[in-house]
Amino acid sequence: MPFFAPIGRSTIAFFTIIGRVALFTLYSVSHCVRPPFFPRQIGRQMLEIGFYSLPVVGLTAIFTGMVLALQSFTGFSRFSAESAIPNIVVVSITRELGPVLAGLMVAGRVSAAIAAEIGTMRVTEQIDALTTLSTNPYKYLIAPRLIAGLFMLPLLVLVADIIGVLGGFVVSVFTLGFNPTTYLKNTWDFMQVMDVVSGLVKAAVFGFLLTLMGCYHGYNSRGGAQGVGQATTNAVVSASILIFLSNYIVTTLFFTQ
Amino acid sequence: MKSDAGYRVPKIQIRDLRKAFGAKQVLDGIDLEIATGESLVIIGGSGTGKSVLIKNIIGLIAPDSGSIMIDGTETTTMRHAERDRIMHKFGMLFQGGALFDSLPVWENVAFGLIQVQRLARPRAREQAIEILAQVGLPPEVADLSPSELSGGMQKRVSLARSIATQPEIMFFDEPTTGLDPIMGSVIDDLIVKSVRELGATALSITHDMASARRIADRVAMIHGGKIIWSGKVDEIDRSGNAHVEQFINGLAEGPIKMQVKG
Repeated sequence: MPFFAPIGRSTIAFFTIIGRVALFTLYSVSHCVRPPFFPRQIGRQMLEIGFYSLPVVGLTAIFTGMVLALQSFTGFSRFSAESAIPNIVVVSITRELGPVLAGLMVAGRVSAAIAAEIGTMRVTEQIDALTTLSTNPYKYLIAPRLIAGLFMLPLLVLVADIIGVLGGFVVSVFTLGFNPTTYLKNTWDFMQVMDVVSGLVKAAVFGFLLTLMGCYHGYNSRGGAQGVGQATTNAVVSASILIFLSNYIVTTLFFTQ
Repeated sequence: MKSDAGYRVPKIQIRDLRKAFGAKQVLDGIDLEIATGESLVIIGGSGTGKSVLIKNIIGLIAPDSGSIMIDGTETTTMRHAERDRIMHKFGMLFQGGALFDSLPVWENVAFGLIQVQRLARPRAREQAIEILAQVGLPPEVADLSPSELSGGMQKRVSLARSIATQPEIMFFDEPTTGLDPIMGSVIDDLIVKSVRELGATALSITHDMASARRIADRVAMIHGGKIIWSGKVDEIDRSGNAHVEQFINGLAEGPIKMQVKG
């Protein structure tokens, strides 16, 4: 049955990858919670993933907030519903756009960097060298990055939320002629704790996934510069897709009864 | 470690070691013994499984079958905790140096001291500078990044890193590859000196015969996944083995045929 063979082959290949990633995840997480820990490495990764991502996340958030205000104004003025703009901006930013756009931007920056760095360490035998120096590469390389991703992304998204709402505020007040006090009051009144919390939970999930993909593809890269390049691409693509997928799942968990 | 019969347990004892990657049988029944304090050099062409053999002994690769004993203890069936303990006995100089390029030179050298022996960083730094001096590097290089060093200096730093934790067994993977002949000779001398000072057992792999003659007490040749000859280094020129003859004289004609694809 030559027709069915390719289907079977690709199905098996698909589940092989799922299995590999699952084992890698289990193994990595188990090393995140068992000593020894490497606080110096964790601090370094927090700086790298969190602090140095601030400019790109901030810029993404401010323009998103601005565009959001502008677009909802052109749409909503047709129904004389301009007063809903503060509501729209704060709900969209905190629930969806803040975490997803920050996640995607950080995936492009951080997943790629992690995959390239760990991949290069793999092909230049630095990972083997770690092992011969009695240092588990999962503990020294992977765990600090996962922990940093898990904790820094919510912080980044919190900043993105604030800057995004600020972007909407600036456009509404300075080009659409809103009263600043009313705008802020409306924003504050409409905003619900659950909106922000769900966004931060998403951020933590994205942070874990995007560092995990960087580590997985970097750790398993083979064959010199080309292999590392391939790993980098795969890391960013798989991280982005997992962000969209998990975004849907988390949204379902939070907002459907 | 002497038993009743006066038989010394070899530092490393390998029995019928086999490893295949896909259809390619890289190690096809390796038998090898290395006595304590001995320096064995394994010679053989590229792609004959020399690196795979070392990585099996260290535990970076798991063999398909066979036995590897370190100090009389079987290592192939070890669990993680035991393997960690055995790993403390090892030091390895990698072919490309494999220095951590995110760390300055001194932290590379002091890596084992800080992570494993839990030495305080200032103390570890002092010690790293002493070890750098042993391999002929001045204190100024301590704060440089590995990428700022020449190939020969990187090899020296890598050697310093591998001897820093005073291992009992040293592995050298093509120590002179990529170096000019003079630097190669300098590195060989440093290897001989460090191994002697540590009183370590050494296992090297190389295809550089000049280097093999300088480092080795004993030489073994690997071909087709097996050890086909072994003997004292001064016996190598009258081995009576056609493969060895061809290899040490670098002849294109002989029993060894170049394989493009295995």
